[in-house]
Amino acid sequence: MVFPMTRIDENPGGGRSAVSVRGMVKHYGETKALDGVDLEVREGTVMGVLGPNGAGKTTLVRILSTLITPDAGEALVAGYDVVRQPRQLRRVIGLTGQYASVDEKLPGWENLYMIGRLLDLSRKDARARADELLERFSLTEAAKRPASTYSGGMRRRLDLAASMIGRPQVLFLDEPTTGLDPRTRNEVWDEVKAMVGEGVTVLLTTQYMEEAEQLASELTVVDRGKVIAGGRIEELKAKVGGRTLRVRPIDPLQLEPLATTLDELGITGLATTTVDHQTGTLLVPVLSDEQLTAVVGAVTARGITISSIVTELPSLDEVFLSLTGHRASAPQDATPADSREEVAV
Amino acid sequence: MSATTTVPPVAPADSRITLRGHLRHTGALVRRNLLWIKQDPESMFDALLMPVVFTLLFVFVFGGSIGQALGGGQDQYVQYVIPGMLAMMSMTMSQGVGTGFSQDFNSGVMDRFRSLPIGRGSVLFAKLAVELGRMLFATAVLMVVAVLVGFDITSWPGLFATVGLATLFASSIMWVFLTLGVVMKSAQSVQAMGFLVLFPLQFGSSIFAPTKSMPGWLQAFTDYNPLSTLADAARGLMVGGPVAHDLWVTVGWSVAITAVMAPVAIHKFRTKT
Repeated sequence: MVFPMTRIDENPGGGRSAVSVRGMVKHYGETKALDGVDLEVREGTVMGVLGPNGAGKTTLVRILSTLITPDAGEALVAGYDVVRQPRQLRRVIGLTGQYASVDEKLPGWENLYMIGRLLDLSRKDARARADELLERFSLTEAAKRPASTYSGGMRRRLDLAASMIGRPQVLFLDEPTTGLDPRTRNEVWDEVKAMVGEGVTVLLTTQYMEEAEQLASELTVVDRGKVIAGGRIEELKAKVGGRTLRVRPIDPLQLEPLATTLDELGITGLATTTVDHQTGTLLVPVLSDEQLTAVVGAVTARGITISSIVTELPSLDEVFLSLTGHRASAPQDATPADSREEVAV
Repeated sequence: MSATTTVPPVAPADSRITLRGHLRHTGALVRRNLLWIKQDPESMFDALLMPVVFTLLFVFVFGGSIGQALGGGQDQYVQYVIPGMLAMMSMTMSQGVGTGFSQDFNSGVMDRFRSLPIGRGSVLFAKLAVELGRMLFATAVLMVVAVLVGFDITSWPGLFATVGLATLFASSIMWVFLTLGVVMKSAQSVQAMGFLVLFPLQFGSSIFAPTKSMPGWLQAFTDYNPLSTLADAARGLMVGGPVAHDLWVTVGWSVAITAVMAPVAIHKFRTKT
């Protein structure tokens, strides 16, 4: 089943668009990286663009930040046309790429100072802005060290700081936490939330439902260059309906019998019940509160003592399955369930 | 669907970058490249050692025999080979610009530069300026070594004219290597390509030995090989002798190469995805 896209600009009191994309097409030979994408991001909000590798997320961001030109369609960012007014546009955007786009050989301070100067700040202002942003992103102590000595999280923070130098109206974050460990990822999320608090409009791409939920208020789901769903996160989640229960019995030997019991109950949600031996937990996809209750009931009836039971958001794979009826296109993306990095298959 | 309302532009409507803007951007990027050298002083070793090693090698290995052929001895060869070395240095040092640039491209920082409101040329000009600085440093080292092995500068204005000519030529060659750096995927392939081009140009020239004994077809090549003409012009300017032909051929080459390759490099850089 495919849900019709909720047009954001149809929302009553929807606000002004900071990013507006119409019929965007970009082909690479036979590959349609973008195949007619429409998108609206309201001023001061965070739009999450969710999709697997190869869905066209990065291509979209690269077009909107003027790094490449589209084959067809048009896009306005803060009122500027991406093709006709690239120079004006570059003045009002910030970009943090998939890989940290800082000069690793330069110290953190020098990175920020350089970008300040490239954005036409005076020497004095560039110095002040570099100091201020290092402080703000907790990098003051590392200011004089080359960025190559930074940890992954510090580098991402420096990258975010670099994107903020010009006080952008629109910020593009292309998979800002891909490759980071969970603790570091939380740090980056906090920084992004703080920036949004300052009124920046953010377009964020991600492969993780949890990241989208943490940061974005609205979501556009893309697959193979097409928008397959969009709307407020809550609406979308309600449509998808799926959640995953993570049940941990005290005795790991109880995992298999418990799985059998639940299979017999016929609770399959959007996927099947899986045993995660690494963490000693059972992953049970459920569709409704009734099913959730039934699972708890079954566990109690069986007399199994459990140490924890957690509800997780549907993984990207489940969202896809639900929205498109097929699994996410790139097989390597089918595995990571929202955030838990150790989901065994 | 309602008409899209958009944020009114706040940036100045006139987005053209002023000359001062270009200078400021290039300056910021030159600073970046200089900080690289500060961070990694070993990257200056080639500029420091190459002139020393090559001069000593050629003067003491070939100096005696070629000097005899010139009708003198090692002293005579020093006068001959040092201007040639200067020409060679301007070419060899130009190569580094491509390898460094190719490495730069593999880092995400280029995406950031390309998403900033700066002229596309600034990134290239900054690289060029720093590499020219390195070349001038190598040239200075060469001249010190040259004087130590007995080189006699008969004309100081000639020396400065030579350095000017070498800088002009080197900058034209740098545009070629900048283009290669933008177009080619790895630093290694840029280096291999450079070697392939440089080697025949260097040895099919009058840099190391007079061309009189070469076969006619090769002489025809060397007469218009810009490295030969640069070396011969340098000889004429610093030591004395005819200059006009070599000077004009070298200037001609430099201007022609720059006129073709600078726009190509900037275009390739602009459209690189």
